[in-house]
Amino acid sequence: MTALDEERLARLIRALPPAPEAWVRAAQALPLARVELDQIVARAEADAEFRARLVADLEAALAADGYEPTPALVHILRVRFKSK
Amino acid sequence: MASTLSDGELVARCRSGDQQAWADLVERFSRYVYAISVQAFRLSEADAEDVFQEVFARAYEHLDGLRDDAAVRPWLGQLTRRLCIDRLRSAARERPAGEEELERAGSDETMTMLEEALTVHEALAETPEHCREILDRFFARDESYRTIGDALELPAGTIASRISRCLARLRELLEGRTETGRPSSSR
Repeated sequence: MTALDEERLARLIRALPPAPEAWVRAAQALPLARVELDQIVARAEADAEFRARLVADLEAALAADGYEPTPALVHILRVRFKSK
Repeated sequence: MASTLSDGELVARCRSGDQQAWADLVERFSRYVYAISVQAFRLSEADAEDVFQEVFARAYEHLDGLRDDAAVRPWLGQLTRRLCIDRLRSAARERPAGEEELERAGSDETMTMLEEALTVHEALAETPEHCREILDRFFARDESYRTIGDALELPAGTIASRISRCLARLRELLEGRTETGRPSSSR
């Protein structure tokens, strides 16, 4: 790190404002989404029609089947389906 | 209360299924990931939110594959950078002006500055709570003296001097880290 005067320190503190709280909470909830996630993935593997609906419109398919499409769940499912 | 574990210890706990450790890891790096997408790459809020969630979703999925637990910081930085570039690339395909934005975005200079900022925030987490709170509120959250005074029950006249004292304390702490050669990514 280069020499620090207080003005520079202040600029560096200012450079990292907090991320929106809802985003942070959603990312923190990933482990909780995990159980639901495993159920959804298992079902998608066994049920081609459900899988097709998930691929076509993930959020709508989750909501229609009684899963809350939280940002954490939606994002991790997208990652899962992309990597298959 | 911020976790005092090193980055490596935090990652090891996440890997063993410790949910609180995961929450702490997200808290520790959330500002950095957010700043890369909105400051270095100037993504819209909607795109930045997608990148933010995808970074942590991928991190959660691939934590087992991280070769060096202590390297989580550059790993997350690179992952965020790559996802921001992907996002700008797909926008560039839709409108020609996007290519120019892509070339300007994510300069090394900005990335270096954000890494330094993260180091400063890590040091800030080690200062006494009254310092952490007032410096974060004033600089990072851009709160007025009045708002800070109301929240912390301080007369407005004492806020400037407290900020100045706390900045001096933070500087001492950072200079102490440099002198002892303490790595910035391990607490």
